[in-house]
Amino acid sequence: MKKGASLYLDGITVTFDGFRALNNLSLIVEPGELRAVIGPNGAGKTTMMDVITGKTKPDSGTARFGDHDLTRLDETRIANLGIGRKFQKPTMFDALTVFENLELALKAPRGTLAALHWRLSGEARDRIEEVMAETGLMDRAKDRAGILSHGQRQWLEIGMLLMQDPELLLVDEPVAGMTDQETEHTAELLRRIAGKHSVVVVEHDLEFVRALGRKVTVLHEGSVLSEGPIEQVQEDPRVIDVYLGR
Amino acid sequence: MPGISAFRFNLRVALIALIFVLLLLPPLLNALPASHPLRVSDFVVAVTGKWICYAILALSIDLAWGYAGILSLGHGAFFALGGYAMGMHLMRNIGNRGVYGHPVLPDFMVFLGYKELPWYWLGFEYFPFAMLMALLVPGALAGLVGWLAFRSRITGVYLSIITQAMTYALMLAFFRNDMGFGGNNGFTDFKDLLGVPLNTPSARAGLYLAALGALLITLLISAYTVQSKFGRLLIAIRDAESRVRFLGYDVTAFKLFVFVLSAMMAGLAGALYVPIVGIINPGEFSPGNSIEAVVWVAFGGRGTLIGAILGAFSVNALKTWLTSFAPDLWLLVLGGLFIIVTLFLPRGLIGLGWRRRS
Repeated sequence: MKKGASLYLDGITVTFDGFRALNNLSLIVEPGELRAVIGPNGAGKTTMMDVITGKTKPDSGTARFGDHDLTRLDETRIANLGIGRKFQKPTMFDALTVFENLELALKAPRGTLAALHWRLSGEARDRIEEVMAETGLMDRAKDRAGILSHGQRQWLEIGMLLMQDPELLLVDEPVAGMTDQETEHTAELLRRIAGKHSVVVVEHDLEFVRALGRKVTVLHEGSVLSEGPIEQVQEDPRVIDVYLGR
Repeated sequence: MPGISAFRFNLRVALIALIFVLLLLPPLLNALPASHPLRVSDFVVAVTGKWICYAILALSIDLAWGYAGILSLGHGAFFALGGYAMGMHLMRNIGNRGVYGHPVLPDFMVFLGYKELPWYWLGFEYFPFAMLMALLVPGALAGLVGWLAFRSRITGVYLSIITQAMTYALMLAFFRNDMGFGGNNGFTDFKDLLGVPLNTPSARAGLYLAALGALLITLLISAYTVQSKFGRLLIAIRDAESRVRFLGYDVTAFKLFVFVLSAMMAGLAGALYVPIVGIINPGEFSPGNSIEAVVWVAFGGRGTLIGAILGAFSVNALKTWLTSFAPDLWLLVLGGLFIIVTLFLPRGLIGLGWRRRS
């Protein structure tokens, strides 16, 4: 297991116009852990990621990453702590090429002057090509991201996450729009990344969660309903009642 | 694939070279003897020189809007502030040759009963100081407005309205006599710059070439900026600002950097413009000027740099031609141009020639 920080959420509550998106949510992710988070629509999965990445400030509760209080930091600072995020709807820079998208994500100094004087080193190029090979985007390097298929956009965003080399990866529905083969490849990739990095995957696809084969957290109405190995969670009568049974 | 982009790059460089060669012609042809059939008038040199300054302004708007997506409707204010800085220097150069013959105070101050020069006029008798102020004052204003707006994540139409209000407020302020900037008359009756009388052929040619050189330098600075990773980040911010934050970049710093750079370029354009046209008054702050400059960029093709330059020249050529016989039609034509560009030419004039493969 790699040294690194653990993610610690305790008693997080987020309210939007009276609607409790998160209700006293608590969750701990250890360094190097791969965790799947499932739950029906509106269970608060995306809001949880918004809280961790600083997009949404909780009304109450504690969110820490190592020694850092995430509720006090903005998105930029949190990203620089080593928390990377893949969005549910693949989000990238459509006017730029696949290569350029990865280049912007590459772990490197983030300042304005550094960006003005940036020269692509051989090492950086190798790293980008490595990730393009990993994500099957090698022959699309010079195509604009805007013309990629949905599955390829998913891959590009996963690739951008890999370029950032974060300690904690938050991955929101990575296999939506992917073929079975691609889904299996993604599961394999995430299993491989975990250990060196912590990974939290939000997913609807239970086959995929099964393929990950790790600890599962079930969210319901903004709090944790059940937690444990997938086999155990599937047997939990409360989970069957609100989610699997439907 | 590299072949196509190299070709497009060469085409672009060739077009820029052509523009600059053509722009060298007016002062050269003006130097011919008056009887020569190819000689162009002083008027042509002055008007083309004015357009070069507009092209620098357009370039500055393209950098902020075309790349970073910051649609400023107040860039005319930065242009005017640069112009006022140069105007103050030109007023100080008049010395005792004013109507009232006061050795220090400009005529309007004598007329308004000033006893001594206001503190903010100090230093403007020195040309380098005035040039520095022409860059720093617009830069500082852009830094302040930009910092307040960008850190609060004010974008899009809200930012446009704020910048529009900024230029309007400055216009009202500069109309006031007690501001110490000549009120609604502004500054005029300039005598000389760097010891050269302004009404001489050599001064006209010198000012023209200075503007042309400034256009080249600002184009090179802009081109360097947009081809760097910084430029790709500006495009990224334009298209998906929050995604850039999640990559760990400080979006506010990037926007502020480009906004201040852009304002300084606009200030430089204004400083070059004033000695060429021989007057600066608060009308330069009018909100319509800023909007017109945005139309140049939209018409030429934003996010291309060269499109901004082409747009500034073509729209102003049209304006000069049209207003010579039907000035009332101009605003209708300008509005029509904007509609045509929005509906049919989203990539502007440049978009006609440059079809990016999709």
